[in-house]
Amino acid sequence: MKAKIIITPKKAVLDPQGKAVLNALEHMGYDGIEDVHVGRFLELELCGDKASMESKIEEACHRLLSNPVIEDYRVEWEE
Amino acid sequence: MTQPGDEAIQDLENRGGDLKQFTFGILQFPGSNSDQDCIDAVEVMGHKARYVWHKEESLGHLDAVLVPGGFSYGDYLRAGAIARFSPVMKAVSDFAAEGGLVLGICNGFQILCEAGLLPGALIRNRSLQFRSEFVHLSTRNTQTPFTSAIPESHLMRVPIAHGEGCYFADETTLEEIEANHQILWQYTTSEGNQEDHANPNGSVKHIAGVCNKHQNVAALMPHPERACQDIIGSKDGRWIFMSLIDHLNRVVSTE
Repeated sequence: MKAKIIITPKKAVLDPQGKAVLNALEHMGYDGIEDVHVGRFLELELCGDKASMESKIEEACHRLLSNPVIEDYRVEWEE
Repeated sequence: MTQPGDEAIQDLENRGGDLKQFTFGILQFPGSNSDQDCIDAVEVMGHKARYVWHKEESLGHLDAVLVPGGFSYGDYLRAGAIARFSPVMKAVSDFAAEGGLVLGICNGFQILCEAGLLPGALIRNRSLQFRSEFVHLSTRNTQTPFTSAIPESHLMRVPIAHGEGCYFADETTLEEIEANHQILWQYTTSEGNQEDHANPNGSVKHIAGVCNKHQNVAALMPHPERACQDIIGSKDGRWIFMSLIDHLNRVVSTE
């Protein structure tokens, strides 16, 4: 079982990395891209199943893996 | 003009060292790099400093705690995110909850924000560049233990060295810290004006440092401990240490 955690900057937070990547893409001629957000991706390998791990993983996301002041996260579960 | 701190040092020497000496604890994490600078700064001010290792669960007797700059735990995950869960930080939280003075510098600011001891967060500089240069700071509130000795309208010239020093807080938090006078220092030009080119990291409201609501925990991105002797370019950092020492003296005199 894997928990895949995707962390992205909150909408209200400046994302200079996203802006720099967007500029680079535009310079390279990739048009049609409106905005880019650069975040982090973590893959956690689990011993337990989703039911037993979900609340622990949520807590870990909130306390350590993301900073709720500046980031949002979502968890995707994979068998 | 008397330089910041000269008077106190002279005073200490005149009394043959019998002036109350305070003990500062300097936290040491794997990756701290301003810890020795903090020790030097405290000793230059005529007081004592000792290291407190990140695995310590107790601080022992200390009059104030400095959380130094550096790259604790390699800044992995987010700057300060892992250091904040080290055993010593529990002791620092307890110390702060009892009213103890805690000053964070650079990475120390990031750690104290991650720990929830200060509002907001520090994110990547807007320029995406690591900036290492001198900046000017205006002091917004001179009625705190960290700023009381700073002369009214004096601009402090101090160095910065960081890649993630852009202060961010949401609108509600900003309104709250404005209302509670928690914004202590702001970046300005050498003339004292707040302009974008004088804001080295893109911080909201040009914020360089803040304190908590109870005004016993504060932090800033610039390095006052690297600005305590003429030989290294500035003595302005002494004003902050002077403020702390003045505050501790006032506490002692009322005990």
